[in-house]
Amino acid sequence: MTTDHREAAPPVTPGGAAPRRKDPGRRPSEPADPKAAKRAARRSRRYRWDIRYSPYAFILPFFLFFAAFGLFPLLYTGWASLHQVSLSRPNEMEWVGFDNYTRLWDDEFFWNALQNTFTIGVISTVPQLLMALGLAHLLNYKLRGSMLYRVAILTPYATSVAAAALVFAMLYGRDYGMINWALGLVGIDNIDWQSGTWTSQFAVSSIVIWRWTGYNTLIYLAAMQSIPNDLYESASLDGASRWQQFRHITLPSLRPTILFTIVVSTIGATQLFGEPMLFGGGGAEGGASGQYQTLGLYLYEMGWFNRHLGRASAIAWTMFLLLIVIGLVYWVLSRWVGRSSGEED
Amino acid sequence: MRNEAIARRTHRRRTRALTMGVTGVLAVSLLAACSSDSDDDSDGQITLRVGVFGQFGFEEAGLYDEYMELNPDITIEQDSVTELADYIAQLRTRLGQNSGLADIQAIEVGNIAEMTNELSDAWVDFNEYENVDPSHFMPFKVGQATDPDGRLIGLGTDIGPTGVCYRTDYFEAAGLPTDPEEVGALFADWESYLDVGEQFQADGPEGISWTDSAPGLFNAVVSGYEERYTNAAGETVYQESQGVSDAWDLAVEASERGLTNQQQQFTDDWNRAIANGAFATFSACPSWMLGHIAAQAGDEGQGLWNVAASPTPSNWGGSFIGVPEAGEHRDAAVELAAWLTAPEQQARLFSERGSYPSSAEAQQLPEVLNATNPYFGDAPIGQFFSAAAAEIPSSPIGPNDQVIQDSISQGLVQIDAQGESPESAWESVVSSLDNALAE
Repeated sequence: MTTDHREAAPPVTPGGAAPRRKDPGRRPSEPADPKAAKRAARRSRRYRWDIRYSPYAFILPFFLFFAAFGLFPLLYTGWASLHQVSLSRPNEMEWVGFDNYTRLWDDEFFWNALQNTFTIGVISTVPQLLMALGLAHLLNYKLRGSMLYRVAILTPYATSVAAAALVFAMLYGRDYGMINWALGLVGIDNIDWQSGTWTSQFAVSSIVIWRWTGYNTLIYLAAMQSIPNDLYESASLDGASRWQQFRHITLPSLRPTILFTIVVSTIGATQLFGEPMLFGGGGAEGGASGQYQTLGLYLYEMGWFNRHLGRASAIAWTMFLLLIVIGLVYWVLSRWVGRSSGEED
Repeated sequence: MRNEAIARRTHRRRTRALTMGVTGVLAVSLLAACSSDSDDDSDGQITLRVGVFGQFGFEEAGLYDEYMELNPDITIEQDSVTELADYIAQLRTRLGQNSGLADIQAIEVGNIAEMTNELSDAWVDFNEYENVDPSHFMPFKVGQATDPDGRLIGLGTDIGPTGVCYRTDYFEAAGLPTDPEEVGALFADWESYLDVGEQFQADGPEGISWTDSAPGLFNAVVSGYEERYTNAAGETVYQESQGVSDAWDLAVEASERGLTNQQQQFTDDWNRAIANGAFATFSACPSWMLGHIAAQAGDEGQGLWNVAASPTPSNWGGSFIGVPEAGEHRDAAVELAAWLTAPEQQARLFSERGSYPSSAEAQQLPEVLNATNPYFGDAPIGQFFSAAAAEIPSSPIGPNDQVIQDSISQGLVQIDAQGESPESAWESVVSSLDNALAE
């Protein structure tokens, strides 16, 4: 695209009947008549434009779609969050300023949802990433049929959240669930998983862990395989054990990857919605006393069940701002960790 | 050679133009998809679209085909959205934008108050049409679809008159009568329903609960009152309502006397409890629940269930159809809506789909009145539900009734399954409703 061979190598037309070029030695930069010079200038201008602007045209579709389905909803939600809007009449907005935000401060249900989101996020993300790291380390060894394991470990990720959550809801059933049946075999009475705060949050977390561990494992595995082998070789020559190799070679090399998975998991945990909703049988209340209602569920309940679109939008934007704050904290942390470990070296 | 160069350049330009063009077409078609298209054909043919949710039944019962045969110049197309929640979200958006609406739209009873209050002006008033005669509907059904200004915005399709469903084999084992007449006589009021329950749990099969859930009982009791969550003036009155406080007390009592299976209705666990026969009665068992029980309990439950008169029969569920003002063929749509909800068609929907008619006239047609249910031991459900329907109170309903009932149900689950005290559960109901109902 960036080179033009037209002048340099005139193609032979079939039949060879085309007239010969009058002056083959002339360059476009030294034209004979002003008309040709103009044409040449126009042409070269077009090529410059082509080179400079066509890439934008090629990525334009993405930005058009992003503007329509990403940016516009984001801005519109922000606009709606400053109004009192009913879902029944979304076109009639009444300006209320930042009321919808300030009222969240006194909203016990918001804080409950925030706390649930945090605890479910921690008890799902931390074990999940630790397990993924361990599994990736194991899969990184030369194993017979390693491809099979890798595919198997990614299967939960390919399962739809609805299917997974429904199966788990059945497993955690109070009277007829398999988990309570198994516990019954060792003499433990039926647990009402859904009614308890910790039991229900544990159950929801287990769905998240089951679905996402494989995904993170593969990301870690990919990163591990890009670590040069000679590092391990020289380390083992120096007498480093497997564990020492893992701690001093694998982990430091994985640092950017780990940070990436932590960021992605945090975003996922903050927006957690499908798992708790389906675990509760499709309602947005997240348990009779909201014991596993996440921010996503509260937002949905506020907008689509209570029909307060403005308040729901404010919750949505608060979640968005929360994620930005978390992102900044991670960024600062990663720089700090990077610098301090850099000094160590 | 020159030609070749030009050809190549134009080719390249054409490719570029094509890329741009495709992008443009995509963008334009995207926009076009949002705007509605006209259904008019040139030869006087009219296409009417009907928007429904789930398996609404009109198409399944062959009503569209029959209408199209009677009216050759009309073509009917149906758009069905599987989930009611998705359907109502879409309907609200389209009513707000006044576009994309079908000529006839179905409205579930849970949303009818929202339509008669906030969105009434988006619907045509059936009273203005001389060819619509709403007098054959049950009065309460007409009342539910009438807005504060007296405009009738929906015609009733089906209703859900309630009885009490019970397991005959368990009743027999507990030494209770099994004949519906005698069982109905046992349940003189809800207090005696609970007393029989206590007797049942003492004498009956081991580990079988009397009823499924506290919220289910609450729903059964509160629905029998004239005033529930909203008064005739449209104000939210759940905190002062006699019906709510009586029903709450009874549900709490049932829970405290250990008569419930601590279920939550319409969950997977609840369905499995029905299949496993974990409880003996449904305190509110509308006509459509018979189908749900049969589906969950399967062949093994055949002939085990029966239905007896409720202490206070009431209505649970049912739908309407309305004609949006934005429609192009409002007159034709009104005509079709009136035909679809006419007694003969309602009777046919009952025979084919089991939807109990909201038309009092249809209820008296022989194919409805003489209907029996083979799964329920050939119970004369036609007679039974027509008697129950006659006792349905005409309660005012408000746009927030669903939110209120849902919160109260959660409060009862807190008592029933989480061991919360009734006082603190009620407090949490009120505080959650204060939050949910605040604008």
